[in-house]
Amino acid sequence: MSVLEVAGLEVRYGDLTAVDGVALSLAEGETLAVLGANGAGKSTLLAALAGTHLPASGQVLLDGEPVTRLPAHRRVRRGIALVPEGRRIFGSLSVEENLLMGRFPKRDGPWDLRAVYDMFPLVAEMKDRRGGVLSGGQQQAVAIGRALLANPRVLLLDEVSLGLAPTVVAQLYDAVRRITAEGTTALVVEQDLDQALSVADRVQCLLGGRTVLEAPAAGLDRDTVADAYFGITRSPRPDPTEA
Amino acid sequence: MDWLNAGVQGVLLGGQYALLACGLSLIFGVMRIVNLAHGVLAVLAAYLSLVLVQRGLPLWLAVVVVVPVFAALGYAMQRGLFNPALAQVGGSDRSTSRSASRSASRSAGELAPLLVSFGVAVALTNLLQEVFSADTRKIPTGGLASAGVPLGELSVGVLPLITLAVAVAVIALVQLFLARTATGRAMRAVADDAGAAAMMGVDPKHMYAVATALAFATLALAGVFVGMSTQFSPGYGELVLLFAFEAVIIGGLGSLWGTLAGGVVLGLAQTIGAQIDPQSGVLAGHLVFLAVLVVRPGGLMPRSVPA
Amino acid sequence: MTGPTPPATPPTTAPTVTRGGRGSWAGGGAMLLVVVLLAAVVPYAVTLGALSSLVMLFALVILGTTWNLLAGYGGMVSVGQQAYVGVGGYALIQLADAVGAPPWAAVLAAGLVGAAIALPTSYLVFRLAGGYFAIGTWVVAEVFRLVTMQIDGLGGGAGLSLSAFRGTDPVERVAFVYWFALALMVAVVLGTCLLMRSRVGLGLTAIRDDRVAASSLGVAVDRGRRLVYVAGSAGAALAGALIALSTLGVTPGSIYSVNWTAAMIFIVVVGGIGTIEGPIVGAVLYWVLQQALAPLGTWYLVVLGAVAVAVVLLAPRGLWGLAPARFELFPLTHHVRRPAVGATAPPVTGR
Repeated sequence: MSVLEVAGLEVRYGDLTAVDGVALSLAEGETLAVLGANGAGKSTLLAALAGTHLPASGQVLLDGEPVTRLPAHRRVRRGIALVPEGRRIFGSLSVEENLLMGRFPKRDGPWDLRAVYDMFPLVAEMKDRRGGVLSGGQQQAVAIGRALLANPRVLLLDEVSLGLAPTVVAQLYDAVRRITAEGTTALVVEQDLDQALSVADRVQCLLGGRTVLEAPAAGLDRDTVADAYFGITRSPRPDPTEA
Repeated sequence: MDWLNAGVQGVLLGGQYALLACGLSLIFGVMRIVNLAHGVLAVLAAYLSLVLVQRGLPLWLAVVVVVPVFAALGYAMQRGLFNPALAQVGGSDRSTSRSASRSASRSAGELAPLLVSFGVAVALTNLLQEVFSADTRKIPTGGLASAGVPLGELSVGVLPLITLAVAVAVIALVQLFLARTATGRAMRAVADDAGAAAMMGVDPKHMYAVATALAFATLALAGVFVGMSTQFSPGYGELVLLFAFEAVIIGGLGSLWGTLAGGVVLGLAQTIGAQIDPQSGVLAGHLVFLAVLVVRPGGLMPRSVPA
Repeated sequence: MTGPTPPATPPTTAPTVTRGGRGSWAGGGAMLLVVVLLAAVVPYAVTLGALSSLVMLFALVILGTTWNLLAGYGGMVSVGQQAYVGVGGYALIQLADAVGAPPWAAVLAAGLVGAAIALPTSYLVFRLAGGYFAIGTWVVAEVFRLVTMQIDGLGGGAGLSLSAFRGTDPVERVAFVYWFALALMVAVVLGTCLLMRSRVGLGLTAIRDDRVAASSLGVAVDRGRRLVYVAGSAGAALAGALIALSTLGVTPGSIYSVNWTAAMIFIVVVGGIGTIEGPIVGAVLYWVLQQALAPLGTWYLVVLGAVAVAVVLLAPRGLWGLAPARFELFPLTHHVRRPAVGATAPPVTGR
């Protein structure tokens, strides 16, 4: 049985349909990368999965149980943890307090403070610093650690690379690889193609709120992905001269 | 000597103001709401205690009853009135940390919490007036209010001393709660970013209501002390609100200890002002407040409030 | 030659932008009729007491319209406008009695006095924001009241009474005040409408909706907010002067009372915030309720407070918000009409 099962998901903002009938399925321990240009619906998809924006129709099943209409604060207790776009760590709390917020839902599992500090030693060094003074990369590490402390069934990562320098992004994705290697099921939304492909088992590409590509990551060539990303179809054009 | 007396009285009075301001500061810190009914609610607590004492309850028991009742009232008001009002601020999407102003051009929108609290203030003040009339009352304390402790040549009131001690204790306890407990941490998280806190399992609506419950508990305690030391009437709620607010601003937003300092400054301004002209104590306090606003708008102990 | 040709683009006509329309003309006509009736017919049909009561209604409209300017268009909730109601009242009596100005000039001058005091005050209160701004304005109002009571020349705690009308026939006095109040109300409402229709008004709406965005577009944000505060306060002063004129005196407790703000908030919120029509509707409702609930004493304020809370939570657009969305009496909103797409297109040529 898949850990996460999504069917016919439709998410709207007023009149705008941002996610239009998307389906996906995540098996235990798998990492799925969801790709797409801005406005393709990736972040909205994550918002619907995390419960911060409820869908108009469709289903989200976690370990077979429907969670579609659960509000965000109840979803994390069930085991869906989101690392949100833009980090959104708590500026006035210290790093350690930020991490401890991950313990709020009181879910047991392999991740505790020690494990997170082992994974991110630089974070451990800054544990008493206020969240608001950290750099973007440091905040991202804290945000990931915070979500890990909730010992989620599914870890959702939204645009980890956003606004960060390539070296920082590489370090973060090193950590993500180590996290998924330990068996964590993850869904990664990313605009950085290389990093996404390096960490994923499977890839799903969205365009205009719909899935336009689904494939295993191994052996996937960049051009295929790029075409799907931009919605380029390379089928031959009909000859207008033919009567 | 009179000046020294005024000084001591002022410092002690500051304790009362700081205790009053505690709840106002807490609610603003957590959810950026200014509760304009704050003052009249303190007066309500005083009236409630008065009624209980008149029915024969010992004063300490009345306090023990009134404080939890007010905590429950605070929880209910937040969930019933202020949460729905907050939902109108920036639409229903309070899950973003940016203060996205999606003000509906033709609705009360982001003014809603303020307007709701003002409506409550007006309704409650006049309700109290109908029930209790505009006569001034005082909670009988069996001599506590007039007892004094000799300090050199001065006589320092026992009640004001107790009030100051209680104020310090309450502020310390609230700070401890916020800094050391999981719930306090969750409250600070919600204050920073309600949506992100929700992602961590904190129910913002519930947490706001817990904050308000805590604030109302301190408010009730403060109200009882006011009732014991002052002749109060329903209209006194207005002054209580202004004093609490002035203590917060003089002390600096975002710092409870600053509020204590602000309360003391306000108390001193009032008592020294009254030494100069018995009618002008309150005015002196207002003028000092305005002066602080001009000269040092961040207050005495400003803390950079995270946006 | 063969080859694909790009499709010809049909010429598009620009969309038209209008303001007002038939609804506005009809509404405007109806309002004109009401004003004419109030001016020419009502005074001869009702008692002197009723006329004085109507003067209060006109003052309430002015109060509501100007508070709406601050809150609905400026986004600033002031709980201290009673400061300027008081300033206006006292200024009127001083100008009419001590200086000897004719009553109509004294009222207008009282408005200017309000503006003059509001300008430096704005520098003070603008150091606060949001809810703390609200309480700050309340503190200022209290300071005004207490300082007024300290000044012996202003009658201390007992207040002042207006002697400018001594020796005038009461009918003449009430009639004069009534017509003047009606004219003043019409002027204030029209003035507010014109302000909001103007470029300044557009800037104000932008500031209210998003200060940063407005600033980035070149709108002078601080000046705009200050203008709103000063104009709104001048309006409150005009109303205060009118009230003093009609009631022939002021006491600090009544003219500086926070109940004026309670009235303003009820009027604007229940009537419909952010519209010109709303405060008018709200003022009428408040005035009617005040007469109807008068025998209940202060219970009516309890009811008013509760109703205001209910309206904010359940019907935030107020009574006027219940009207169909496009319907306006005062033509303020821009309506965009797009032409039909592809009206005329030349035939596609190919080959």
